[in-house]
Amino acid sequence: MNVNVSANVLTACRPWSRVDIAAHAARDIPEGYYVNLGIGIPVLVADHIPADREVIIHSENGVLGMGPAPAPDKINRWLINAGKQYVTLVPGGCYMHHADSFAVIRGGHLDLCVLGAFQVAENGDLANWATSASDSTPAVGGAMDLAAGAKAIWVLMEHTTKSGESRLKHRCTYPLTAPGVVKRVYTNLAVLDVTDDGFVVREMAPGLTLEALQDVTEARLRIAN
Amino acid sequence: MINKIVKTAAEAMAGIRDGSVVLLGGFGSIGLPYALVDGLLEQGAKDLTVVANNAGIGRIGLARLFDANRVRKIICSYPRTADPIAFLEAYRAGRVELEVMPQGTMAERMRAAGAGIPAFYTPTSVGTKLAEGKEEREFGGRKYVLEEALYGDVALVEAWEADRWGNLTYRSSARNFNPVMAMAAKLTVAQAQHIVELGALDPEQVPTPGIFVDRVLHVPYGEPTVT
Repeated sequence: MNVNVSANVLTACRPWSRVDIAAHAARDIPEGYYVNLGIGIPVLVADHIPADREVIIHSENGVLGMGPAPAPDKINRWLINAGKQYVTLVPGGCYMHHADSFAVIRGGHLDLCVLGAFQVAENGDLANWATSASDSTPAVGGAMDLAAGAKAIWVLMEHTTKSGESRLKHRCTYPLTAPGVVKRVYTNLAVLDVTDDGFVVREMAPGLTLEALQDVTEARLRIAN
Repeated sequence: MINKIVKTAAEAMAGIRDGSVVLLGGFGSIGLPYALVDGLLEQGAKDLTVVANNAGIGRIGLARLFDANRVRKIICSYPRTADPIAFLEAYRAGRVELEVMPQGTMAERMRAAGAGIPAFYTPTSVGTKLAEGKEEREFGGRKYVLEEALYGDVALVEAWEADRWGNLTYRSSARNFNPVMAMAAKLTVAQAQHIVELGALDPEQVPTPGIFVDRVLHVPYGEPTVT
């Protein structure tokens, strides 16, 4: 995609912020869900789950029932999240070792995992761990376990790269994290479902048309009925 | 009388050989036994294969082993921490080999080693380049790859409390890889903030039973200052 088209689209509408993207995903997480939040925009989701909705957050490093960041004078220096930031434990939360934590992940016990990504393809392929086949120090972390194990995968990311290239692809060009796993994508421009017929647009940023959105999107888009 | 408590880091590291596979606990810096890593550096074993979630931070802990050219290979899930400078220098200079492995596969391979399971099938990495060359098999219509147990010659772990039988407890998320690694090595050495009397630990709350632990070093260092 060329940069000018992208710039035009962005001036013609009001793109959502990172916080908006996280808030949109938080809005859609049902009561009672067990959810893992990835590094990046996904960790912001925790701050936007309505107070009257009980959602239990898992962190790969063995925390179930993760709470928000602590007040500066109340830090437990032994309690961090996957991004190695200090967090808290909610009442009822507990700790487990890594093999159990990944049994939670791989064993299909999580209702949802919300991840960041470099690219998502219209067949649900996810690429979020290496930016090229020759990446010499790729960092996979728990991404492949989460992608293979959670009941549903949602992706939160910017719609395009900094140079304006679409992150919603016909097929991923970066190495895959897992094939065919992404169910929904939240970007700064749209909310899309991944269906058997490719991406279906559920919602667009204010002022944006489907045509303009398609202009900055490599994958073919359809509008929800 | 069984007493696994040793007095010095030198005693804790005694007998570790060149070429050992060293399982190193911790996630980032939390639960990483820094005093034992410093002890290993002093002890001098080289040509090591280190299994750890990350590849060291700044110039401390594991980073010191890279700087001293003691590590031949690192197996980890996430080499990119906030400041993996020592690893990157060693890696770019061709002094260390890197094997990146999905975090859950790494944990389960060590759990399997500790549990007497030589190999297992996992859905993780199917359809990706990390599954290339691995045996694949279908169960119930889904594909899985075969992963083998990952055995350690030595495990270095950090505990919160320990007694002279080697029973260990952990603090918050500092538990992470430590109980799994403690099971998976021929020689398991723990550093503990607190040494307690036999019988003082609640037997309902002992994540690592002493049978998995060989040596305990008392290291009351306080709180971690980096993550």
